[in-house]
Amino acid sequence: MKTIFTKTSGLTERPFHYCPGCTHGIIHRLIGELLEEMNLIEKAIGVAPVGCAGFCENYFSCDMIGAAHGRAVAVATGAKRARPDRFVFTYQGDGDGASIGLAETVSAAARGEKISSIFVNNAIYGMTGGQMAPTSLVGQRTSTSPYGRDAVTMGFPLDLPKILTQVEGAVYVASVSVESPQAIKETKKALRKAFQIQLDGLGYSFVSILSTCPTNWGVDPVEALDWLTTKMKPYFALGELKTPALEGGSNS
Amino acid sequence: MAMLMKGNEAIAEAAIQAGCRLFYGYPITPSTEIPEYMSKKMKSSGGTYLQAESEVAAINMVYGAGAVGERVMTGTSSPGFSLMQEGLSYLFAAEIPCVIVDVMRSGPGLGGLGPTQADYFQLTKGGGHGDYHGIVLAPASVQEMVDLTKEAFDIADYYRNLVIVAVDGILGQMMEPVEFPPYQGRKLSPKTWAASGAEGRPKNNVISYYLTPDLGESENLRWGQKISLMKESEQRFSEYLMDDAEFAFVAFGTSARITETAVDMLREEGIKVGLFRPVTLWPFPEKGLSARLPQIKGLMSVELSSGQMVEDVKLIVNGQAPVGLCKRQGGMTPEPEEVVDAFKKQLLGRGQG
Repeated sequence: MKTIFTKTSGLTERPFHYCPGCTHGIIHRLIGELLEEMNLIEKAIGVAPVGCAGFCENYFSCDMIGAAHGRAVAVATGAKRARPDRFVFTYQGDGDGASIGLAETVSAAARGEKISSIFVNNAIYGMTGGQMAPTSLVGQRTSTSPYGRDAVTMGFPLDLPKILTQVEGAVYVASVSVESPQAIKETKKALRKAFQIQLDGLGYSFVSILSTCPTNWGVDPVEALDWLTTKMKPYFALGELKTPALEGGSNS
Repeated sequence: MAMLMKGNEAIAEAAIQAGCRLFYGYPITPSTEIPEYMSKKMKSSGGTYLQAESEVAAINMVYGAGAVGERVMTGTSSPGFSLMQEGLSYLFAAEIPCVIVDVMRSGPGLGGLGPTQADYFQLTKGGGHGDYHGIVLAPASVQEMVDLTKEAFDIADYYRNLVIVAVDGILGQMMEPVEFPPYQGRKLSPKTWAASGAEGRPKNNVISYYLTPDLGESENLRWGQKISLMKESEQRFSEYLMDDAEFAFVAFGTSARITETAVDMLREEGIKVGLFRPVTLWPFPEKGLSARLPQIKGLMSVELSSGQMVEDVKLIVNGQAPVGLCKRQGGMTPEPEEVVDAFKKQLLGRGQG
């Protein structure tokens, strides 16, 4: 019998702890596949965040470091500068990368650190039980914006990839999503490019991935995909926002 | 051959000689010569100097480099050291060896640039969360800054624990003759635990959490055993004229240098005093001090703070003798005469003149 699909060796045998319908699992699989396909499992050092993905060191087959909340990019910087021969990536949520760790993200981008950041934006703090995130949409109800995010008092969602396009050291910035097979394929393409850019030593690469949180959004998994498509996608800048000039990209 | 060197620069040179090839830091007075020296010398030493965007980032870069198994250091001064406290807690829990230099300046708040020892609590009791300890080395001369910094890296690797070199602004800024003798290090095991890339071995995770209370307790008990071992094995002190002393001063760093002169002055008057100088602030050298207690009629802690170390001295003395305190704060240092006067008032029951 012909095998048409197997679990990638980039992931361990440990079952995911993620809620039903959460798309972290899909993103993990894509990264695991790329670690395997690009022959990076023995060369990679991943940095786990604090948040829903805070246990991802158990899932990826490579060496992993668990960082404090928001500090993954600083930890990755320390690791990469110590071992420039290694492939170093961070896996972070929106709170980790765009709120408490915003300074670390932007500063690492400015320095053009040769690391890759995967930024999973589900517009909410999942791990702590559904509080407002820096990326929560205006009007979005969360446990700390129970009447909906009010832009006057709580401000606007932060579009981190868009900001990073303005930072010279960030050479590859993509904003993708995982609500459909087509979108998942695009996401894998963006991740592959981001990883290759690090391997080529070009600078900081950043992939933002719009993701779902049915549990804390209070919807079922199918509705969650619809919410991502109809509410989140119109708000955030999407696509390959910045590609290296060498490739003849936009280089914004 | 001895050369004249500034304390901060001597620390940086000693670190490079100890095999430290990574320095991450954020400039702050009075420790800036450390990053400046590193930025000048790391390149030719085949290492990396990186100016972080903050002390918060710096200590987490240290965490990353230590986690992959490399020798790494940062240097800062008190307000920056405050910002690093979260990192210290994580470094301890993840058992990542590293060296942190705190060149203390006066506080609280932005404070001033003058010398102080008022980080003592933060250094020895843990400014971060949870039950943890770093080994704290407190040199009192530029030469000792060199010797202890070199050793600090070995101690850190040996225990897989953070080691802090704590000096005040005077020691960081002053120049003294210094030598860099060859250093015979400890025998160390290879860092098989490091997350350096899983080439030809099972993967490693370097993490600092546990999700169940029973695991939390067993991890804390395991760390507690390490703390006990460090406490048992790493206490260090130095004594000056203690053999026949009836009274003991307890002081470290710059205040110990001042107190040494006060001891000489009191000895000239025929009063049998000596100086007990902790070289490790944590573990506090309680064995050495306890051993002196039978001969001691009274003790005086001399500190550049409101009196922080005096609490540890009192714990060890445990009511067996009176314990006095001579202190200056906010960047001021006492004259030896002030120490003599405080001693006479508080321990001999008579004032000067």
